[in-house]
Amino acid sequence: MTSVFEPNGKQTACTIIEAGPCVVTQKKTVDTDGYSALQIAFGEAKEKNTPKAQINHFAKASTTPKSVVKELRNCSIDKQIGESITCDIFAEGEKVSVIGTTKGKGFQGVVKRHGFSGVGEQSHGQHDRSRAPGSIGGSSYPSRVFKGMRMAGRMGNDRVKVKALRVVKIFPEQNYILISGSVPGHNGSIVLIQN
Amino acid sequence: MDALAFVHEQMTGKKEFPKFKAGDNITVNYKIIEGNKERIQSFKGDVLKRQGSGGTATFTVRKISDGVGVERLFPLFSPNIESIVVNKSGRVRRAKLFYLRERQGKSARIKEKKQIHATARVKS
Repeated sequence: MTSVFEPNGKQTACTIIEAGPCVVTQKKTVDTDGYSALQIAFGEAKEKNTPKAQINHFAKASTTPKSVVKELRNCSIDKQIGESITCDIFAEGEKVSVIGTTKGKGFQGVVKRHGFSGVGEQSHGQHDRSRAPGSIGGSSYPSRVFKGMRMAGRMGNDRVKVKALRVVKIFPEQNYILISGSVPGHNGSIVLIQN
Repeated sequence: MDALAFVHEQMTGKKEFPKFKAGDNITVNYKIIEGNKERIQSFKGDVLKRQGSGGTATFTVRKISDGVGVERLFPLFSPNIESIVVNKSGRVRRAKLFYLRERQGKSARIKEKKQIHATARVKS
């Protein structure tokens, strides 16, 4: 993430995303595959580390091996196999949603994971309870813990969609998109941009 | 060039500033937009710190206004900065002069850096 100055002089927090070029490697149709989808590939992969089957699959689209392959179901983009999708499909000022995997936080307590406020106070003779979850249910009834009770556990590393992010600027030559605000994931992670 | 440097160069362009650092006394001429009118306000004071790198770098200027300390933080590459003028360069031993916040009057002054001329002594 960084921040840039917009023409009105305001500083806007934004994320730089390298959007494409994504090569269309396969078109799945209802007749042949049972569903309709567009398979796109992004990022260079070494040929020596790519299985032969995949090399040939990419060769069908007359392209080099790619590192990320993604299927877009019921995609409205009309491109032929071998053609590439670039950031041109987006417009400046448009609202987009970004799908990605959030940063993994490891095993976290309820205060960080669910926003609990802990039990009790720091003073007045209390100790070791400030980040505790509190009661998780009744003893005699229901004498069990309800399913879905919010407890400590693994946090992050989830697929998340962030909606209504504004496209601040597009650099078509470099395929860079500036999107206002933050997007899920660490630096260099793969995201999907939807309009 | 990496993406970050490229984007900052495209968005802000190259801006020329005089060299200044913490301890210098500078005047920042800052554009203020009120409705449709635009005017320039100058803020003169000592640089407390320079912080950050690249296109998001900022600096803080502190001045005493009517006996009250006023600090203002400017983004270095803000398009609203008309110009920066260095009035005095100070002799300080720190990069961040937060100790000035606790000082008043005489002890809050910063010594001016004197131009040192090297003199060579001939040894016989």
